[in-house]
Amino acid sequence: MQTPAPGEPLLVLDRVRKRFGTVVALDGLSLAVAPGEVVGLLGHNGAGKTTTVRLLAGLLAPESGTVRVGGGDPVTDGPDVRARMGVLPAALVVDGRLSARQNLRFAADVFGVPREGLATRIDATLALFELADRADEKVSGFSSGMRQRLSLARVLLPDPEVLLLDEPTSALDPVAARQVRRALARLAQDRRRTIVLCTHDLAEAELLCDRVVVLEQGRVVADGRPVELAAAHGTGGVQVEVASADVDRAVALLAEVSEREVDRDGNGRIRTTGLPREAIPPLVGRLVAEGVTLYEVRRLDPSLEDVYLALHAGRIGARGPAVDGEAADQGMGEVGGGRVEDVGRTVRP
Amino acid sequence: MNLRAIIAVVRRDLVVVMGSRSVVLPALIVPAMLLVVLPALAGLAPVLLGSVSAADMFRVLEALPPEASERLTGDPGTQAAQLAVTYLLAPMILIVPVMFATVIAADALAGEKERGTLEGLLLTPLSDRELMVAKLAAAWVPAVVLGLAGSILYATVANIVVVPQTGRLILPTPEYAMMALWVGPTFAAAALGAIVLVSVRSNSTQEAFQLGGVVVLPVVVIVITQATGVVLLSVPLLLMSGLVALALAAVLLLIGSRALSRTRMGEKLG
Repeated sequence: MQTPAPGEPLLVLDRVRKRFGTVVALDGLSLAVAPGEVVGLLGHNGAGKTTTVRLLAGLLAPESGTVRVGGGDPVTDGPDVRARMGVLPAALVVDGRLSARQNLRFAADVFGVPREGLATRIDATLALFELADRADEKVSGFSSGMRQRLSLARVLLPDPEVLLLDEPTSALDPVAARQVRRALARLAQDRRRTIVLCTHDLAEAELLCDRVVVLEQGRVVADGRPVELAAAHGTGGVQVEVASADVDRAVALLAEVSEREVDRDGNGRIRTTGLPREAIPPLVGRLVAEGVTLYEVRRLDPSLEDVYLALHAGRIGARGPAVDGEAADQGMGEVGGGRVEDVGRTVRP
Repeated sequence: MNLRAIIAVVRRDLVVVMGSRSVVLPALIVPAMLLVVLPALAGLAPVLLGSVSAADMFRVLEALPPEASERLTGDPGTQAAQLAVTYLLAPMILIVPVMFATVIAADALAGEKERGTLEGLLLTPLSDRELMVAKLAAAWVPAVVLGLAGSILYATVANIVVVPQTGRLILPTPEYAMMALWVGPTFAAAALGAIVLVSVRSNSTQEAFQLGGVVVLPVVVIVITQATGVVLLSVPLLLMSGLVALALAAVLLLIGSRALSRTRMGEKLG
C-alpha cells in the first residue's frame, strides 16, 4: 500500500458489482475516500455496507469494477494492504479461549508491532479500554460489551493507517460507546487516520464523520457532508409539548399535516419531521383552535436522521408501499425488497 | 514468509487446543492404552499364561521371513512376546500422529468457523499461503512430536517387559524406526490433507472430526493385517507406504489450499 499523491483518494471502489448467488449486494458502487477522511456508511441491513468493507479488506473479490487501497489491489496485494488496515467486522475478532492479553499479543505478532515496549503498549491499550483488571482472564467469561471493547483494542493496537469499523459501538453501553467515539474522534483529528464507519447510529455518524454515504441496494443514494445533506434533503420538523390528556388529539393533528411518522414519549412530547418551517404557524393555530393545551413548540433543525428518513421514504414511495418491521430485520436475501427501519416508539393514529 | 506471524498462529492454536478437555483427555487416554497397557500385556501374557508350545511357535516362525524369525530368541513364550510387541502391535504407534493431526487440524480449521473467529483471522496480514502453513504446522508439528514421543514410550515399555526374558533390547528394529520416523509423519501429513478438504464443508470441529475420522482407517488396516499375519511390514514396504502417503498429502493439500483461499472463505462468511 502506498501513500497516495496529494488530492488522490486512499480508498477507491469504482463501479463495483458483487453478487452472492442471485442476490446483488453491490450494484455498480463507486466511492472514494481521501487520506484522513472519516466516512460514515449508512444503510439498512443488506444495503451493502459489510460487503464494501470486505472488498476493501480483500476478503471478497469484485465481480466487476475495481477496488484499490493505497493504489494496491486488496486481493492480490492483500498482506501489504491488511498490514496497514484495522478492520472491526460485525463478528468479534477475539478468541474466547484466550485471555485478553493473549488476544492482544497475538494481534501484535501478526501485525508486526515492534517487540520493544510491546508489553507496556498492551497494558496501556488494556487500560484505555478499561480491561486491565481482567487482562489475564479468558475472554469467554466476558460480557458482550467487554468483548466488543477488546475487539476494538485489538484492532487499534497496531495503530493502523486505515480503520474499517462495522458497528463499533453496537454492543456497548452508553458510557463505553461514548469512550469509543472519543477515541475514534482523537484518531481522526490528532492522528489523521482514515476511517470508514458503518453504523446505524445516525447521531454517531453526524458526530464523527466528515462525510456520510447512504447506501441502498448496493448503490450510493446520497453522499456528502452531514450538514450539506441536511440542507439538501432534510426539511426539519417540530416538537410540541402538550397536556397529557391532549396527546392523542395532538398526534392526530400532526399526522394530518406531516408526511412522516409521528413519535411521542410518555411526557406529552410529540415530534415529527418532514415538516417545513412555514407549516408550523398554521399547525400551532389548529392545535390551539382544537383546545389542545400547548406548553412548548420547538422547531427541529434538519438532522442526518431526517435526511436518512427522507431518502428512505422517497425510495419506498418510488417502489411501493412500506413493509413491516419484520422484513426490516431480514438479511441480504431481502435486498430487493422495500423495507423500513423499525422505529419502535413510532405511533400512527 | 512472515515467520513471526506464522509462529503466532501456531502458538495461539496450540494454547487453544491444550486448553480443550475434549482434545487433551483422549490424547492422554488413547496413547496410554495403545502404547503402555497393550504392549505390557502382550509382552507378559505368554510368560504369565505359559500357553505357548514349541510346536505352535515353530509354525509361526516358519511363516515369518527369515530376517524376522532370526530376531526372535529364547523359549517359545519369549519368542511369542517378542513377536507381539515388535511386529504385531508395533504399528499401533502410527495411530498417535494420525489421531493428533486429525484432532488439532479439525479444531484449527473448522473450529475457527465454529467459534466465529475466522473473519478476524482472515483480516490479518498473513497471506493465504502463510495462513495455510501456520495451520498445517500447528497440527503437524505437535502430531509428529507426540508420535515420536509415543514411539519412544512404546519401545520403552516393550523393552522393560521383554528384556528380562531376552537379556537384550528388542526395539527399535529397522522396521520400527521406519514407522516412527517416516511412516508416522507422512501418514500425519496425509491425514492433514484429508482434514483440510473436509474442513471446507464443515462448520464445526465435531463435524470435521467425524468426517475426517476415516483417515485413521488405513492405519487400522495396517495394524490388522500385521497382527493377523496377512502382511508383514518390511523396510521397503514401509518406505513405499510413506511415499504413497506423502503423494496423497501433496495432492490433498493442493486441492484443499485452493478451496480454502481467502476470497472463497470470504464468500461463505455470511
